Amino acid sequence: MPSSPENPTSPFGDRTFSRRTLLRNAAAASLVALPGAALLDACATGGGGGSTAGATGAKSAQNPLGVDPKAALDVVIFAGGYGDKYATDVHVPLYKKAFPDADVKESSTQEISTTLQPRFNGGNPPDVVDNSGSKQMEFGALVDANQLQDLSDLWAAPSVDDPNKKVKDTLLTGTIDQGMFNGKSYVFNYVSTVYGIWYNAKLWATKGWKAPKTWSEFITLLDTIKAAGLTPYGYAGANAAYYQYLVILTSAAKLGGPDILKNIDNLADGAWANDSVHKAAEAWAAVGAKYTDKSFLGLKHTEVQLKQNQDKLATYPSGNWLENEQKDNTPGTFEYAMFPIPSLTSSDKLPVTAIWAGAGEPFFVSAKGKNPKGGMEYFRRMLSKEGAQGFTKLTGSLTVLQGAAEGLDLPPGMKSSATALTAAGKDAFYYLFDGWYKDLDQELRAATNELFYAGGTADKFVDRMQKKADAIKKDSSIKKFTR
Amino acid sequence: MRHGKYPFVFSFLAIPVVLYLIYVIGPYAQAFYLALTNYNGFSAPQYVGSENFTRMFHSDLFWKAVQHNLFLLVALPLITMAIALFLAFMLNVGGRSRAGVRSGVWGSKFYRLVFFFPQVLAVVIVGVLFQQILRPDASGAVNGPLHALGVSPIGFLTNPTVAIWTVLAVLVWQAVGFYVVLFSAGMSSIPQDIYEAADLDGAGRLSMFFRVTLPLLFDTVQVAWVYLGIAAFDAFALVQVLTVEQGGPDGATTVLANEVYRNFIQSKAGYASAMGVALFFLTLTFAALTVRLSRRERIEF
Repeated sequence: MPSSPENPTSPFGDRTFSRRTLLRNAAAASLVALPGAALLDACATGGGGGSTAGATGAKSAQNPLGVDPKAALDVVIFAGGYGDKYATDVHVPLYKKAFPDADVKESSTQEISTTLQPRFNGGNPPDVVDNSGSKQMEFGALVDANQLQDLSDLWAAPSVDDPNKKVKDTLLTGTIDQGMFNGKSYVFNYVSTVYGIWYNAKLWATKGWKAPKTWSEFITLLDTIKAAGLTPYGYAGANAAYYQYLVILTSAAKLGGPDILKNIDNLADGAWANDSVHKAAEAWAAVGAKYTDKSFLGLKHTEVQLKQNQDKLATYPSGNWLENEQKDNTPGTFEYAMFPIPSLTSSDKLPVTAIWAGAGEPFFVSAKGKNPKGGMEYFRRMLSKEGAQGFTKLTGSLTVLQGAAEGLDLPPGMKSSATALTAAGKDAFYYLFDGWYKDLDQELRAATNELFYAGGTADKFVDRMQKKADAIKKDSSIKKFTR
Repeated sequence: MRHGKYPFVFSFLAIPVVLYLIYVIGPYAQAFYLALTNYNGFSAPQYVGSENFTRMFHSDLFWKAVQHNLFLLVALPLITMAIALFLAFMLNVGGRSRAGVRSGVWGSKFYRLVFFFPQVLAVVIVGVLFQQILRPDASGAVNGPLHALGVSPIGFLTNPTVAIWTVLAVLVWQAVGFYVVLFSAGMSSIPQDIYEAADLDGAGRLSMFFRVTLPLLFDTVQVAWVYLGIAAFDAFALVQVLTVEQGGPDGATTVLANEVYRNFIQSKAGYASAMGVALFFLTLTFAALTVRLSRRERIEF
């Protein structure tokens, strides 16, 4: 699943564990005999016990999941770019309206892992967690420890707005699949994300530039932009290389079909070392060699995005949160719009309208919490039209609820991405390896920076990634996932 | 020995010792134990023997981190102490001798204050400041003028060969002030009559420094060496904040503490502990060697 849009990698590391003490006392420690196993028992690794039953109540049409109406609900929200106002002002009141006797406690943090990991270990996890941001807890480990509630009951329950429709039938396609871990649905991604190349529609209209569809149109456009004195294309290498690797993999998927990405996710043999990935890398390396500003390698996403707002940079790859993220820096002369990544060849397996579309902002319910049923009910309320529209109004982002934006006045960039999503239809694809295998994600970030900014070649890129994927496949200590 | 002395001593020591055992020694022992497990932070750890260590010794990143730590271990103390000794000497005894009393150069009190400034800043702030100063585009304090001149900018943080030197330079910049103060304190405890005698013998500033100041300052230098060595094994916060992709580009600036952290937050607590154990032994070796090599006769004065 894609990381949260804002603050891709926070530089402010969590330094709670005492490195300095560790080092300072290193010499002294060796002099003291190590105490026995008694201390080991008192350590933080006890593992959560906790009941799995949770509170239950009588099932009814209003309460299809059988929530105990009096049971308290503990919700923890990641307060990133979306804030937590959507929870306190929309979703919690919706739940309270349905269950007035329930005591709903909402809290928010930017350090999910730091705040919550001790609670999971202590057997006292919150019921609903928005596990997002750079400090998200790793899903693989959570799944491994049976901490996540299977959400199939939720998907099979009738939706809030239309009792004749199941919740799963109200979602955008692929939403549930992207929260699956080895065949079980554990994660609920709430936000619909669409990736493309973003530009200033107003500037382009005055210059007469048009969104390209083919690769040669794209290159011609980059030449024109360069001649006009703007940096044609670029991304932030310091912390947002994954915006660009998404673009490279999108090109590969358009060329060779979405199975390219599926194979990469499944660590299939030769998933990287194939013609499609190679050609995509080659094409983008050529763009990097000629149409960018190499100093972007040392810049952060906000710094590069600001350059685009100042019309120094013409095109920028990102997701549809971009407009909202930049709203304070966008001048009146700037209007966001996006186009899908142009087709590499005329024989691409997917049409030019095909896009990377995924569900982001992963929520889950704790299996070992006190009120897992209440947690799922909370999700059901989030997926009501009222809940989804409330979210969109407050955050400027679309949810995975189909047609939830109907009747809402969307900002231009959001409208543009919604149009692209509709145009793509079934030709939307995604990958999940970045959430499954952090090592592969980091290797790909480094390899992408090398390819695009540091004069790397497609051969090197492909070799490097295939080697890493093979190493992960062989490593028995890493839990594997397939889709 | 008077009756009741031991209970008295024990009653004072008991609480700190227990706290020390629980909060310092306990976690250590735990790290050693976790290094032999596949603990991921959520489920109960399972014993896997030396698997983590085997993996670690085959990891390129681990060896890169060790190399960087060793590089910092040699370069950081040497450069920092050279600069700090020079500055401290100039601030305390580098000036003209007036009526047999040596003092610092003109304005030394002001300089002493200025040199200490970086020490007052939190590491995170230092990191963010230098990120802006060293920005590769036209907004960078160093690269801005280069851009204006049409010279290609220096990739202080993006060029893999340069980046580790940048980290070193910032570490030195931040550390020097403290050691100037430390050495100044040491120098001020050296009796004036020794300098006076050297002066009468016609010693210049250079021989004064190497023949008088440095030998009499040896204890302080030793302390500084240990502190700086520890700082070199750490460097975590600066690398985390300052460098591209936290230890990049491509692992070009990563240090052991960063690898421990990175693996820990990736739910590989067992593996991270193994690296922690490696770091522990490296630090221990360094401390032992320092104490051993610098053992020599004290000069009483």
